[in-house]
Order: sequence, then structure tokens, then C-alpha cells
Amino acid sequence: MKILKKALFALSCTVMAQGAYAQQVSDNVVKIGILNDQSGVYADFGGKSSVEAARMAVQDFGGKVLGAPIEIVSADHQNKPDVAASVARQWYDTDKVDAIMELTTSSVALAVQGLSKDKKKINIVTGAATTDLTGKQCSPYGFHWAYDTHALAVGTGGALVENGGNKWFFLTADYAFGYSLENETSKFVKSKGGQVLGSVRHPLSANDFSSFLLQAQSSGANVVGLANAGLDTSNAIKQAAEFGLTQSGQRLAALLFTLAEVHGLGLKAAQGLTLTEGWYWDQSDENRAFAKRFMEKTGRMPNMIHVGTYSSVLQYLKAIQKAGTDATEPVAKALHEMPVEDVFAKKGKVLPNGRMVYDMYLFQVKKPEESKSEWDMYTQLAKVPGDDAFIKASESGCQLTQ
Amino acid sequence: MSTIFGIPAPALYGQILIGLINGSFYALLSLGLAVIFGLLRVINFAHGAQYMLGAFAAYLLLNYVGIGYWPSLMLAPLIVGAVAVVIERTMLSRLYSLDPLYGLLLTFGLALIFEGMFRYWFGAAGKPYSPPAQLAGGVNLGFMFMPIYRGWVVIASLVICLGTWLLIEKTRLGAYLRAATENATLVQAFGVNVPRLLTLTYGLGAALAALAGVLAAPIYQVSPLMGSNLIIIVFAVVVVGGMGSILGAIVTGYMLGVLEGLTKVFYPEASSIVIFVIMAIVLLVRPAGLFGREE
Repeated sequence: MKILKKALFALSCTVMAQGAYAQQVSDNVVKIGILNDQSGVYADFGGKSSVEAARMAVQDFGGKVLGAPIEIVSADHQNKPDVAASVARQWYDTDKVDAIMELTTSSVALAVQGLSKDKKKINIVTGAATTDLTGKQCSPYGFHWAYDTHALAVGTGGALVENGGNKWFFLTADYAFGYSLENETSKFVKSKGGQVLGSVRHPLSANDFSSFLLQAQSSGANVVGLANAGLDTSNAIKQAAEFGLTQSGQRLAALLFTLAEVHGLGLKAAQGLTLTEGWYWDQSDENRAFAKRFMEKTGRMPNMIHVGTYSSVLQYLKAIQKAGTDATEPVAKALHEMPVEDVFAKKGKVLPNGRMVYDMYLFQVKKPEESKSEWDMYTQLAKVPGDDAFIKASESGCQLTQ
Repeated sequence: MSTIFGIPAPALYGQILIGLINGSFYALLSLGLAVIFGLLRVINFAHGAQYMLGAFAAYLLLNYVGIGYWPSLMLAPLIVGAVAVVIERTMLSRLYSLDPLYGLLLTFGLALIFEGMFRYWFGAAGKPYSPPAQLAGGVNLGFMFMPIYRGWVVIASLVICLGTWLLIEKTRLGAYLRAATENATLVQAFGVNVPRLLTLTYGLGAALAALAGVLAAPIYQVSPLMGSNLIIIVFAVVVVGGMGSILGAIVTGYMLGVLEGLTKVFYPEASSIVIFVIMAIVLLVRPAGLFGREE
């Protein structure tokens, strides 16, 4: 009996020891870096609220993974790829950050994804839009979570072409994201039999759009596509109303516009806009409950970037749990294999090129008299099934899938 | 339809008109900067922030006190001017004897603080502000649709610029001010309270910025970043016009507005730098600026 007891004790010791050795977390802490614009034109689009969303994910996961504490660090990249790259390098090299997420602004996301690929680290992009992240410049450790220019083109572009908007003119932000958005939308419009009459490129954070709007007005187009984001889109919409674009029969397509910007612009100026987002707080009880918690922490309702960041952090932690380690290769493998099922995405799946596929939605901004509360802003028009919204991995141009 | 350099003539007229409208803002803002620099020798980097404060004052007055656009046009500059007076009395006036760089650093720091505070309170996406009902809508000029409000901005800006120029060049108060810049000790010996004059001048410059802010509120999104987006351009305008030259600031403001508008038609990608290219050329050819005097 005594021997049996001893044997059992020894056995349990080995099991525990094995457990401790198998569940490896480097440096005994999992560090996730949220890198985004916290002071510029996209500070409401993602910003500090995304950091809060990441903290909520850590809290909901229980604060620890494989017994190691989880830490969120954050920094402001000021929309400059060089600033972002040097922060990322410091995080990876000296601060022992395991993964970088959010990454608003396409130029920044591409720079950091390139660096992460070289350093064999995981990055999950929610804030940037360009399809190049899972196309030409894809990475085996890079993931794209919330939305991309293709999904926006299919959602908003598709809806307008179907309703007779067949002649397009673009106002395009003069950097990677703007080109990508214009390009994807043009392709889509043309494939549906529409025409693109022209485009004009404006600098990021242009204050005054009247010159560009005047060009759009005289182009003869019936849809003016705003291939820009944040404050630029808000200003363009406000000034388009001023110059009577809609009165002269043209329609505005805000290709990337989220709840944060609609709220800033106000329903009076934004009413009637059609836009594509991946999440809205008033879609279900689960969403409303999440939004309420988020509101208590940040004072605002989340958009798809914020909830997307929550989802990406949560999924990353689940992947570490599944892989039993925080080493990059096994965690990336788990991220590719695991379905995404949380408040953000239902039946989400990750393609071999790193694209997370889930259903997007087409919304219309309510009229002021239809809105019942401060954040009651959208009417849902349609669901855009994930397989339509996102490019197939085989067509994405990503080397990893060929 | 006739064309000029491949652009239909009506479209070109439209762009020139829009250039004039934007030039109105450049002129108004650079006017305040030129007044402050010309008389105080302070490079007021807080000017963009004061412009933003003017717009936010209008927004806050409307949404929390129920005071509309027209009274705000008076009240917002008064409030921002009062804040500026306090800043001048408590901080800026201590730096007059030092290198102008200290004034620049102080005002730059203040601008960052104001911007940060408002971003914290109101977020970067900004707040909406509608034009007054009397000025809503627009008229079709044949070659373009002209929003009535923008026409008002051009007229208001011309009147203010002219008024300020007259005040400084043609009145007794203006004469005191100019004399105080030339030789403060002597003017003080004549019984003029020079420190008070300087305080008032700074307040006036800031009030001009705030007035531009109220005028801008219905056009641009009222956002904490609206000032920093504009301030660098406005500095270029002042440098091109000649530091401290009031007339230079006004004329250059309108001129560069039109030039920028035309660039947006012919080569839009360059529209954000064309003003700086001109600044570089002017500095090479006439270092004192187009209207400045060599010292």
C-alpha cells in the first residue's frame, strides 16, 4: 500500500512537472502591444478605446494564460510608418512584446507586418484596410481581422451600383489605403457594368475639399466615392452638402465610415449615407451587453475596429491556450485552424493567407427624427456574407497560398 | 465650351472663387499672427489653438447656453481674447526681454496643452455645427453652385482685414502701438501705458484667430485638430508676406489661397506643398518676404 502511495505520488509529480514544462510561456508573461493612432485623424476610429477593448478581452479571458499573466502595452504611431517601425522594433527586441495588434493606417500596418514577418512574430491588423496585407505582402504570422478594402467595395459599392449608381468619380486620399480602396471599388463597379469617370487625389488631412468636390460635381458622375477615412471623410461629406452635390442628383458613397465618425458628424449631415461595417451595437442582446460595458469604460459606443480588436486579442489568447505555448509557429497554426466565435464574429474562419472571414453588414444612417437615442444611428439594410465580402485566398495574390 | 489649359473655363472660375474663399481664412489668420509679431515680436504658435478655441467656444455656447451663431461671432472672440490676456499677463510678458525663441516655445507648449485637453474632452472626430438659417443654401452662379455661407465668409473677412489695417495704420491707438514697437521707453516717457498696450495687442490677435474659428465652424468639422492642420500653412503665408507686415499678410493670404486652388485642378497631389515651394523661392529671392522691409 505504501509503495502504491509512493508510486501515485511520484506519478502525479511527473504529470505536474510535465504540465509545467509543456505549458511554456516565454519570459513568464504574455505581452500584447496595441499600436495605433491615438492623437491624429484616426484617434476616434480606433485610438485609446481600442486599448480599452484589448483590456476587456484580457479580463474576459481571466487575466492569465497557461498560468502566466497577460499584459497590454500601447503606443501612438502618429500615422507614420517610420515611428511605428521603431516602436515595433523596440517592443520586439527589448520589451519582449509577443504580438502587435490594431495597427490603424495601411502604410503603418504594411511596415509593421513586414517587420513582424522578419522577426517571426504574430501581428493581427484590425484598424487598417488594404488587401495587400493578405495579398502581395502577406505573412505566415500576419492576420487581418475586422474589414478590408475589398469588403467595403463589395458592400457599399455593390449596394449603390444595384440602385442605379453606375457612373463613379473618386475623391481619394493620397496614400496606400486610398489607392487600394479606389482600386478595389473601381474593379467592382466595372465588373457590374458601371463606369469610372475619373478621380482626384487629395493629401491626408486636407482641410478643404471644395476644389475637389467642384471637380466631382462637373464630372457628370452620379456617385462620388469617398476613398478616404476619418476626419477627411467627415469634412468632405459636410462640404458636399454645402455645395449642393446631393441636390444636383449626385450620391455620396463614404467607403470607410464607422459609428465613431457618424457620431462626430451628426445625423443631420450624415443622414441617408450608405456604409459597410462589421458590427453594430444594436444588432443583438449580446452586442448590446458588450456595448454597455464598453460605454462604461470609454464613454462611447464601439465600432467594428474596437470590437475587432477585442476579438483578435481574445482569439490570440485562445490560440496560446490551445497550442500550449506562446511560441510563434504553433500559435499561428492554431490561429489558422480555430473557428472564431465571439461577440464580434459568428462562424468566423481564417484563410491560409491570414484573412479572417465573417459576415459584414450594409447600414444606412438614420434621419434625426428616426433616432431614439444618442447612439441610435443605423438601420441595417443587408447582410454581406463573408464569402462574398472577402477575396478567396487563391485569388488574393498571396505567395503562401500557391 | 471654351477651355484654358485644357480645363473648361467655368470650372476654372469656380476654382479661383474657391481659392479666394480659402484665402479669406489664410488672410484672417495670418493677419492676427502678423499683428502679434509686428508689435510684440512674439511668434505666436498658439494661434492655431486659439482658432480652434474660437470654434469650440461657438459650439459650446450653442449647445450648453443656447446662444446662436450671430452673438457667438462677438462672444467667442471676447472669451478667447480674455484667455489670451491672462496668458500674456501671467506668462508671455515675462519673456519679452529674452530671445524670441522662448516666446515661440511657450506658445507652442500652450497650443499642445489646449489641443490635448480638447481631444480628451471631445475626441478627435470633432463636433457638428450648422450654419445659421439665414445663410443656409446656395445660389447657382452659372459656372458653379455658390454656398451663401461661403460668400458671407469672403465679405466678413475682407471687412475685418480692412478694419484691422485701418485701426493700426490710421488711428491714434494704432500710432501708439507702432511707436511702442519702435521705442517702448520713449513712448512710456510720454505717459502711455506700454505694457497694457502690448497685452491688448495680444488679446486682439487671439480674438482675430477666434473670429476666424467661429467663421470656420459651419464649414469644417469643429475638431481639436483643426488648428494644427492650418497653422503651418498660415505661418508660410506670413513668411511669404513678410514677417510683421499686415498688408503683406492680407494680400499674400488671398494670393496663396487662389494659387493653391489652381494647383488642386492641375496637379492635386502637390496642393499641400505648393505654398511651401513658394515660401522657399521667396526666401531665396527676397529673404524679408514680398512686403517686408530689410532690417
